[in-house]
Amino acid sequence: MTVSGGREVDRGRASVLRALPLALGGRLRGAKRGLRSPHPYLMVLGIVAAVLAYWLATEVLRLPRFAKIPGPVRVVTEWLNPDPVFGVSVYSAEYYQHILYSVERVGLSFGLATALGVPLGLMTGWSQKVRDYAFPIIELLRPIPILAWVPLAVIMFSGRETPVIFLAFLASFFVTVLNTHLGVKSIDEAYFRAAACLGSSPAQIFRHVVVPGALPYIFTGLQISMGVNWFSLVAAEMVSGNFGLGYLILNSYVSMTYVTIIIGMATLGIVGALSSGLIRWLGNRLMQWRLRSIGMGGAR
Amino acid sequence: MRAFAEPRDAPDALRRGALAIRRVSKVYDPNGGRIVAVDDCSLDIAPGEISMIVGPSGCGKTTLLNAVAGFHSISAGEIRLDGELLCGPGKLKAASGADRVVVFQNGALFPWKTLIENVAYGPVVQRRMRRQEALDKARHLMERAGLGLVVDKYPGEVSSGMARRAEIVRALINEPRLLLLDEPYRAMDALTKSVMHEALLKLYDETRVTIFFITHDLEEAIFLGSRIYVMTTRPCRVKKIVDVALPRPRDYRALSSESFRALLAETKQAVQEEAQKAFEVGERELA
Amino acid sequence: MRAFATAAEMFPRRSGTGGAVRRIVAASTEIRVRRGVAALSLFLLFWYVAVSLKGWLGIDVPWVGRLPSPGSVFAAWLGLIGDPGYWQSAYLSFMRVMIGFLAAMLVGIPVGLAAAINRYFYDVFYPSFEILRPIPPLAWVPLSLIFWPTQEMSIASVTFLGAFYTIVINVISGARSIDVRLIRAAQSMGATRWHLFWKVVLPATLPSIVTGAAVGMGITWEVVVAAEMISTGGHAGGGGLGFFIWNSYVGGSLQQIVVGMISIGIAGYLSSAFLRKLGELITPWLRQR
Repeated sequence: MTVSGGREVDRGRASVLRALPLALGGRLRGAKRGLRSPHPYLMVLGIVAAVLAYWLATEVLRLPRFAKIPGPVRVVTEWLNPDPVFGVSVYSAEYYQHILYSVERVGLSFGLATALGVPLGLMTGWSQKVRDYAFPIIELLRPIPILAWVPLAVIMFSGRETPVIFLAFLASFFVTVLNTHLGVKSIDEAYFRAAACLGSSPAQIFRHVVVPGALPYIFTGLQISMGVNWFSLVAAEMVSGNFGLGYLILNSYVSMTYVTIIIGMATLGIVGALSSGLIRWLGNRLMQWRLRSIGMGGAR
Repeated sequence: MRAFAEPRDAPDALRRGALAIRRVSKVYDPNGGRIVAVDDCSLDIAPGEISMIVGPSGCGKTTLLNAVAGFHSISAGEIRLDGELLCGPGKLKAASGADRVVVFQNGALFPWKTLIENVAYGPVVQRRMRRQEALDKARHLMERAGLGLVVDKYPGEVSSGMARRAEIVRALINEPRLLLLDEPYRAMDALTKSVMHEALLKLYDETRVTIFFITHDLEEAIFLGSRIYVMTTRPCRVKKIVDVALPRPRDYRALSSESFRALLAETKQAVQEEAQKAFEVGERELA
Repeated sequence: MRAFATAAEMFPRRSGTGGAVRRIVAASTEIRVRRGVAALSLFLLFWYVAVSLKGWLGIDVPWVGRLPSPGSVFAAWLGLIGDPGYWQSAYLSFMRVMIGFLAAMLVGIPVGLAAAINRYFYDVFYPSFEILRPIPPLAWVPLSLIFWPTQEMSIASVTFLGAFYTIVINVISGARSIDVRLIRAAQSMGATRWHLFWKVVLPATLPSIVTGAAVGMGITWEVVVAAEMISTGGHAGGGGLGFFIWNSYVGGSLQQIVVGMISIGIAGYLSSAFLRKLGELITPWLRQR
């Protein structure tokens, strides 16, 4: 069973990301609980130290390697500048245009990958037959890095948008299928047996056992899929796009407006984190029983 | 206190669940190594009784249960329920159905459904009742079983004792011919266990359902059972059959009675011998 | 007694009581291989037909129809096997992957272990780590091109980043999920902190390290190919399979593109498989009966 892109367990991230808004808002009591750490002050200190080091290296000490890299003060000034020097700031329409393009592409490719990948993964997990037919082709195509598809995608699809969306779709698709498949496989045999001896038909077992049982893995997979989607999208935008955050970053490099690079990267980080958080929130809504369990154990 | 006669004297209407296991063998072949789990085992369960299957861990008792429930095939022999063939030559695997419902060792309540949805699952899925009807019946049964306060909770939110009780109600709501219990109280502490025993006996006294109960706990076997089948270590065969003549309904006072002690002595040696053999072999349980 | 062979356990028809059972897994390996071969053959056939339809019937199959035919790809591949340039590209990419990956392992494992063991280190390190994580590794390319003196080092640093994150996450989660009873058992037998680390924590974390490595390896390949393609623009001396593919595209040789893609796929798969095999060797206790 191959694992690439699959089994990342991701608990620490949940606690920090949940706490970040609280910490930034200054409500340390909430942050303490959310961060599950006896000393959130150390965490804040860590972040402050990192930013400080960054600032010192670039703007104060002007260390040799860091000479051309814009420092945090410059970045933040430009980012919040009502009349940005290079045209990109919270006040400029162009900024939001780039964000929108990227978000739209992610939404489309992710949505498509989920709509196709989850059912396929459920089927391959559920039926040995489907797995035997589908997996060889999937395993053949999956090891090919997404960017290696760029020339082929450009040849296959006309226009400039479709290849980009295709690449992001491909990356998400493989991850989604694999994780959904693992999700079905992870369901304790006892549940299938219980459903069978209570008189369920195969269709009912699929609906009442397979789908809910695989849901936790599916959502973990969707979070990874979202991450991979951004990864591929940025790469694809850099290579063959127009507009979008990836394009913005590369373009800023090419036209030597380095401040915008950092702005672009930071924006990417924020939007990426938000989208993953959205998935996690959705997962929690759909899986009430996990939240309410005493220590999310197995069958009880 | 009324003493029930053992159902061997009961009217025919209650005679459902006569299980006949005839010369059944089961050979596993995982990765080329032949494991004989059950060899030429024959067993008769009388309807309306609680039949306790006792033996050391991993001796193959669960394999028998799985064969009866239709989770595994058998390699030879036949199994009949009330005269009808479940599995045998030509049909090595029984079909699973709601006439033989299983309660699992580690519990198999669907974690994503509330307790009441779990209990109502069987009738709804078999299309015997509409959803609301099934929920009403489930609520009624759960209240009678003392689960009235937790109907809308998820299995992960309640204690294992309540969860196990709910699982038994989930089985009984289908009025099965045979209730199969696979060491259901194994993971519980002694105090919870004794509460569970009394709860099970109460349900049994009301329904007189035929019970096939696997355990390694001899006292549990004598306290609950109408008849005890002591099994040998792998490959599984019947070593000794003991009739438990304690009157019903039983309560904890039966545990300190003379007859209980006598039964314990009678059965202990047989069980101990098999346990010793199993220990010496030291193989990992088949689970 | 009929032997219980490896024949498929057939799915019985619904009984009179309305019961039915889940499809059981045990189809024979022979049947499974046959299905796989059938699927792949169909795939190749579909590809061939889709490409050839233009020539046969004048039908332009959208998307797939524009691909080079399987035959021409195979021919190109045979041709490239003799071409030293091809192998040089493969070697170059492979070296980059190895360097980035090994660096990520050498730094990532200790960092991950330190973060899992030491509360203070975790608190100071993890937030910054987490904040920067959503930024895709490739977004770092321009910055690294500015920062590092040579292109090689930029690619190496970005490659490092990609695998580093995965490895650290897996190590931390692995170390944190060690059953605390193992640690207590060791302590009650008089283990020193040194012992505890080397004899309990490290072996218990090994499976997660292996997982992190395998996943990280996949990511490394992705990043290397991407970085090679991106930083190619203009520079002639890029080299590597990513560059090879891009070059083939620019030069109009479609077959070579596909050959390049498949080559990377094979290389990536082999490296991950090798890692997993290695992982199995160093964790013999995980072998199931």
